[in-house]
Amino acid sequence: MNPLLTVEDLHVRFPTRTGVVEAVRGVSFTLGRERLGIVGESGSGKSQTGRAIMGLTPTHAEISAKRMEFDGIDLLRAPPAQRRALRGNRIAMILQDPKYSLNPVMTIGRQIVETLRTHEKVSQAEARKRALAMLEAVQIRDAARVYDLYPHEVSGGMGQRAMIAMMLVAGPELLIADEPTSALDVTVQLEVLGILDRLVRERGMGLIFISHDLRLVSSFCDRVIVMYAGKIVEELAASELSRAEHPYTQGLLDCMPRIGADRHPLPVLERKPEWAL
Amino acid sequence: MSSTETQMPARRASRRALPILKSVAGFVAIVATTYLGLLAVTFFIGRVVPIDPVLAIVGDRAPAHVVERVRQEMGLNLPYYQQFVLYVKGVLQGDFGTSVLTTNPVMTDIRRVFPATMELATAGTIIGAAFGIPLGVLAAVKRGSIADQIVRILGLIGYSVPIFWLGLLALLVFYARLGWTSGPGRIDVVYEYSFTPVTGFYLIDAVINRDWAAFRDIFSHIILPASLLGYFSLAYISRMTRSFMLNELSQEYIVAARAKGLSETRIIWGHALRNAAVPLVTVIALSYAGLLEGSVLTETVFAWPGLGLYITNSLQNADMNAVLGGTIIIGSVFIAINLFSDVLYRMLDPRTRN
Amino acid sequence: MSQATMTRREWLLTDRPQSRLQARLGRAYVTWRRFTANWLAVVGMLIIMGLILIALFAPLLAPYSPYIGDLAGKRLLPPGAGHWLGTDDQGRDILSRLIYGSRLTLQVVVLVAVIAAPIGLLVGTVAGYAGGWLDAVLMRITDIFLAFPKLVLALAFVAALGPGIGNAIIAIAITSWPPYARIARAETLTVRNSDYISAVRLMGASPWRIVLRHIMPLCISSLIVRVTLDMAGIILTAAGLGFLGLGAQPPLPEWGAMIASGRRFILDQWWVAAMPGFAILIVSLGFNLLGDGLRDALDPRGSSQ
Repeated sequence: MNPLLTVEDLHVRFPTRTGVVEAVRGVSFTLGRERLGIVGESGSGKSQTGRAIMGLTPTHAEISAKRMEFDGIDLLRAPPAQRRALRGNRIAMILQDPKYSLNPVMTIGRQIVETLRTHEKVSQAEARKRALAMLEAVQIRDAARVYDLYPHEVSGGMGQRAMIAMMLVAGPELLIADEPTSALDVTVQLEVLGILDRLVRERGMGLIFISHDLRLVSSFCDRVIVMYAGKIVEELAASELSRAEHPYTQGLLDCMPRIGADRHPLPVLERKPEWAL
Repeated sequence: MSSTETQMPARRASRRALPILKSVAGFVAIVATTYLGLLAVTFFIGRVVPIDPVLAIVGDRAPAHVVERVRQEMGLNLPYYQQFVLYVKGVLQGDFGTSVLTTNPVMTDIRRVFPATMELATAGTIIGAAFGIPLGVLAAVKRGSIADQIVRILGLIGYSVPIFWLGLLALLVFYARLGWTSGPGRIDVVYEYSFTPVTGFYLIDAVINRDWAAFRDIFSHIILPASLLGYFSLAYISRMTRSFMLNELSQEYIVAARAKGLSETRIIWGHALRNAAVPLVTVIALSYAGLLEGSVLTETVFAWPGLGLYITNSLQNADMNAVLGGTIIIGSVFIAINLFSDVLYRMLDPRTRN
Repeated sequence: MSQATMTRREWLLTDRPQSRLQARLGRAYVTWRRFTANWLAVVGMLIIMGLILIALFAPLLAPYSPYIGDLAGKRLLPPGAGHWLGTDDQGRDILSRLIYGSRLTLQVVVLVAVIAAPIGLLVGTVAGYAGGWLDAVLMRITDIFLAFPKLVLALAFVAALGPGIGNAIIAIAITSWPPYARIARAETLTVRNSDYISAVRLMGASPWRIVLRHIMPLCISSLIVRVTLDMAGIILTAAGLGFLGLGAQPPLPEWGAMIASGRRFILDQWWVAAMPGFAILIVSLGFNLLGDGLRDALDPRGSSQ
């Protein structure tokens, strides 16, 4: 089977007054219809990797790669209109905090319908029907009521479900979830993850799950990429996490408390400059 | 932001009724004290500052018996606080005294001239918003570009140029030299007597009367002063639009809108501007109020028969009642516009709507 | 670049200043660099410096007397070799009058700033620091003045006080202080509960000492920016009053009054009214550019907007 997404030697650079900052430095991976986790601390370039695939890199940044292909489409050479047609339609993205990523002056329903009508010629009534169905698919019981609510009128968990509905309504093949549950209460995190998990499975989407939380990623994904300072330091199957070789990955793993284990002294995450080379 | 998933509407209503009552009461109290303060200041200006308030009102050429009569009428033999109470009572009944210049009650005069000022300020604000908002959006979207710089300099010049001077130059160029527009005044004498005002807004009246010749004439009179005022509100509106838009464009929901595959046009005008519109309403209201004030100088230059011209004419003739009456009216409109923009803000922003 | 200037630059930009003076100079240097990076701001500063120099050396610079003209032979001459900006209806050289008029303009802005800024500063800091009913009352009064249209209120004041440049200055000052009070109050509220103010309080400093010595200095920089930005408005208001015959009285060469007297000749001798207007435009543009640049340099947060 052809891979859905191929990324080879991706670089993202931000020119600043004090010099060029390289956020992503030579990242390569391929993705089929599977679930890939990208883990790293903030500033490791994981989010910029996701945004580069989406085509949402800020205009002042430079982006280059040997190859970046989605389903045979060369993303680097595709004209902006074509990339836009892909976004939301075939590649979608879920952002971190629904409090900020939903438009505050538009009802939830309208925001979902907007995605649909941007990519498909459907009537208003049909769009509404599909948006309601999508809201039900993210397990919102009272879909018709939520449809007419504004983002500030719903809770964070409900907001993130609306976000998922908005991004999945056009039926994308690849979903990039950028810290989709970090802003939510712990109690609703699992609910939202469960919904996401089921939808990805049912619809056979490829998923890139970006998070700082290694434990969460390993329980949720098939494969994990560990990034540090813009580079991939380790790539391994989620089931083989315990066999991680790189000291940084081991450090991340050590940060997780294990029941019954000795917690003294508390491990500190090591960052050696040579890993960034 | 509520943390509960949903709330029962009925419960929400009952829980919010009391705070709303409270806030309405607070609102009324604030408006009332502001208005009272406005009257206190004008009272101070009219009665306390002049060495002889009667002379300030009737002028120094008035015969002695007139001076004495006015002194009695104004209750100037009473202590200040009693005078103030009488003054407030009078103003609340619409009694600003009599104008020496026109010998009419000031209120009658103001009622006659005020629509002209409103029409001019409204036309100016429409022009200012129609050009200022797109320019501000353009400057924000093309931030740092030549277009941004031009909008910025255009705005700064608008902040820096004396309006009466620009008006004189505009008359010189567009009326005297090029003959593109009509000169001073609001309507040509030819139409003045055949024209029957309905609303007091002549452009609208001409449409109602289906008097197209008069409409053309009125339009060619108003276009110059309205464009001038429009330029001033453009300077302010474009600057604020730019800053609001920059703020909105950096928000996460813009990233989400891009991730949905929306076109830039839709993101800018449908999403970012729709959010920026909420504070922009206040800005437009404030600029409208500013134009009412700017009309004082503009009307003088264009001989526009509005409140501004009325005030300056009265000033030159030391007609204190008329000056203070006009001041109170403009101050009241200021307060009303502020109130109105507050209400509009609440309606536009769903977060403050309920 | 020589060795000496490099080390001086490093001395200014060091992370560990050895003295208070060095820290202050270093900060001033950083602000200065940010300011001069904005060429529009530099233009504004040059305009204002030019205005000050012209006002100072008016008698040396003016080619003719600003008051006495040649009524017989030099009325309403167009701009040309002898009179660069032409002459007015009384045969006076317009350039000379503009040069002397810069003194009046400068006088107005300086006096208004000197009167209004301290009033606003005092009202705002006291209201912010005291809180409670004093805050409520002072801010209510401020809001009442803010509710007034500035120019109209100034007009009414001058109408009561009588025309004249002194009264115009008083009237503009009375209408200018409320925004300063608001700014000073906002700044006071942000520092009021900070630890170092508590420390001063614990050392037994009186409220007046805290307000005067510790809070007011912190409000100064944002106040300076606001005053500079307001200067253009003050000049325009003063010119407007002059234009209406309520400000400086003839034969004083006040720019607004000069426009008013040139108004009659606008159709045929346009320069009489046009020239003073250019002077007003350039000077207020200068203040606006300077104020904008200062704001961006002193407040890097706002500069992105």
